[in-house]
Amino acid sequence: MKHIERARVISNRYIGDNICDLVMECSGIARESRAGQFVEVYPDNGKNILARPISICEINKIQGTVRLVFQIVGKGTELFSALEPGDTVRVLGPCGNGYDLVDDVEKTVLLVGGGIGIPPLLEACRELNCSKTAVLGYRSDPFLADGFADAGAKVYITTDDGSAGFKGNVVDLLKAEDIKADVIYSCGPRIMLKFLSQWAVEQGIDCYVSMEERMACGIGACVGCAIPITDGKDWTYKKVCKDGPVFDCREVVWQ
Amino acid sequence: MNTKVDICGVELKNPVMTASGTFGSGREFSELTDLNKIGAVTVKGVAAVPWKGNPAPRIAEVYGGMLNSVGLQNPGVKHFIENDIPFLRQYDTKIVVNVCGHSIDQYKDVVKELRGQDIDLLELNISCPNVDEGGMAFGTDPVMVERVVREVKKEADKPLIVKLSPNVTDITATAKAAVCGGADALSLINTLTGMKIDIHKRAPVLYRKIGGMSGPAVKPVALRMVYEVCKCVDVPVIGMGGISDGEDALEFIMAGATAIAIGTANFVDPRATANTVKGIEEYMKKYNISDINEIRGIIE
Ligand SMILES: Cc1cc2nc3c(=O)[nH]c(=O)nc-3n(C[C@H](O)[C@H](O)[C@H](O)COP(=O)(O)OP(=O)(O)OC[C@H]3O[C@@H](n4cnc5c(N)ncnc54)[C@H](O)[C@@H]3O)c2cc1C
Ligand SMILES: Cc1cc2nc3c(=O)[nH]c(=O)nc-3n(C[C@H](O)[C@H](O)[C@H](O)COP(=O)(O)O)c2cc1C
Ligand code: FES
Repeated sequence: MKHIERARVISNRYIGDNICDLVMECSGIARESRAGQFVEVYPDNGKNILARPISICEINKIQGTVRLVFQIVGKGTELFSALEPGDTVRVLGPCGNGYDLVDDVEKTVLLVGGGIGIPPLLEACRELNCSKTAVLGYRSDPFLADGFADAGAKVYITTDDGSAGFKGNVVDLLKAEDIKADVIYSCGPRIMLKFLSQWAVEQGIDCYVSMEERMACGIGACVGCAIPITDGKDWTYKKVCKDGPVFDCREVVWQ
Repeated sequence: MNTKVDICGVELKNPVMTASGTFGSGREFSELTDLNKIGAVTVKGVAAVPWKGNPAPRIAEVYGGMLNSVGLQNPGVKHFIENDIPFLRQYDTKIVVNVCGHSIDQYKDVVKELRGQDIDLLELNISCPNVDEGGMAFGTDPVMVERVVREVKKEADKPLIVKLSPNVTDITATAKAAVCGGADALSLINTLTGMKIDIHKRAPVLYRKIGGMSGPAVKPVALRMVYEVCKCVDVPVIGMGGISDGEDALEFIMAGATAIAIGTANFVDPRATANTVKGIEEYMKKYNISDINEIRGIIE
């Protein structure tokens, strides 16, 4: 069940160049959220009328809080970056399907994130109770990587410029390190997800990717966020906000 | 206090409806707002067969509004009849089915399929700007409007609302043509054609380049058109375009609208319909109005 809540900001700080880490109290949403879902955050300023979808990075059901990590790219995220403790902001959620995480201690899981796609994987990492490896790709400065280590993952870092960790992209690293797994959960730029999916299919690893599209309603009513999804024979437009954002990588029409 | 209004013999408990395409068939919104509080739910456009819709991006935000180029993606009339009518009938609200087509025959096919179905009103969408055939191409030429309406009306067993496009020089010409063709009621406005360019990518934001604009920013234009149409036809008019709350709704009612619809505002606040009903009731209490119909069309 979804809720609309006036969330109270607990903390909001920068954890990188233009990257904000916002913790807010919205107990109804926190109670029902799971890894890979997102919330719709409303700018409520009169001119920016649509909510901004932001993935849930961490859920604390006891304290009734969710953590969002977002990059400032425009008016909405700029507005959210200025929120201060005690401020309130209107939030709708939880939205989307989230990751269907394996619940088998015998399995090995690979979490592959790129840039601002990394946040939703942190909650997935925290919830998984099996052997897990996180491969985190950044343009340059890493963020959130410690959280994955704290949650018990073996962490690999890649950067485009080689300023930290492996120089190259996440798929290069997977190949170089010959990493194996039973299942992959991923989120990041479309191009990264595409190459990761190709690799996963070649390796015979189940791979679930979190997709993005521009949204209006965020709940499945307006068909604004449709992307082509295939069953192997035919394709139809499915809603990222309701049928996704997480899809089996073999269902996504990549070209 | 009476908030009931009558659209062609169908009694709505209040004048607040949903605008087609912004509310699905109500299922998703039913988690967030009480559908029993809404006068009527107008569902997403229904075609004779499933339509795929347009490639993404389909959505862009603009100052005080938005653009869409969904392109009437829908699973077709059979799916609608099996799934959505039974769902909506669980609620105490009227059902308005928005009908779309690429040709007169396709409109007629939908209306034929809907004959005998448990719905209340039909809304003929001849004003969608996001399809290449049909849609707005039918709705901007008075001669064509009259012809489409006359043909479709023959097949209809429910009152027929005709939804008008604002993308015309003289809205009263298409309004009169629709009524001549046999429209039992009119609804307006559909979206205004608009555009947005991403200067960093040097490309239009929407895949189709041009889309339909809606939301608070279009309200003055919509209100003017509703006012003009109400002055020139005798059938009930359903006003829409940028309505967000009770105050907006009352403007349209005073301009002559029998009912009003909430579209884009559902995205801004999923409870906009119920809030609008509340806003109208509060106004009526404050000014001691016993019947909403008393203030309809009071603007000369
Ligand atoms: C399911 C989902 C989860 C997301 N999770 C996160 C997250 O955890 N952290 C984060 O930083 N961002 C996330 N995003 C992206 C985020 O929604 C956009 O960056 C945000 O809406 C931009 O709003 P704005 O007002 O700041 O920018 P705007 O002024 O609206 O646009 C600035 C630029 O941002 C891009 N943009 C705008 N809207 C979207 C959108 N819906 N999806 C993708 N790009 C967009 C466009 O390229 C645009 O040019 C997510 C998007 C989706 C669909
Ligand atoms: C995403 C979206 C989808 C729409 N789909 C339809 C549709 O299927 N049929 C139709 O007649 N109008 C459609 N419309 C137009 C609305 O019903 C309404 O006429 C218009 O948006 C103006 O009202 P508003 O400003 O309150 O949204 C759509 C509008 C939006 C924003
Ligand atoms: S944003 Fe409306 S259906 Fe996904």
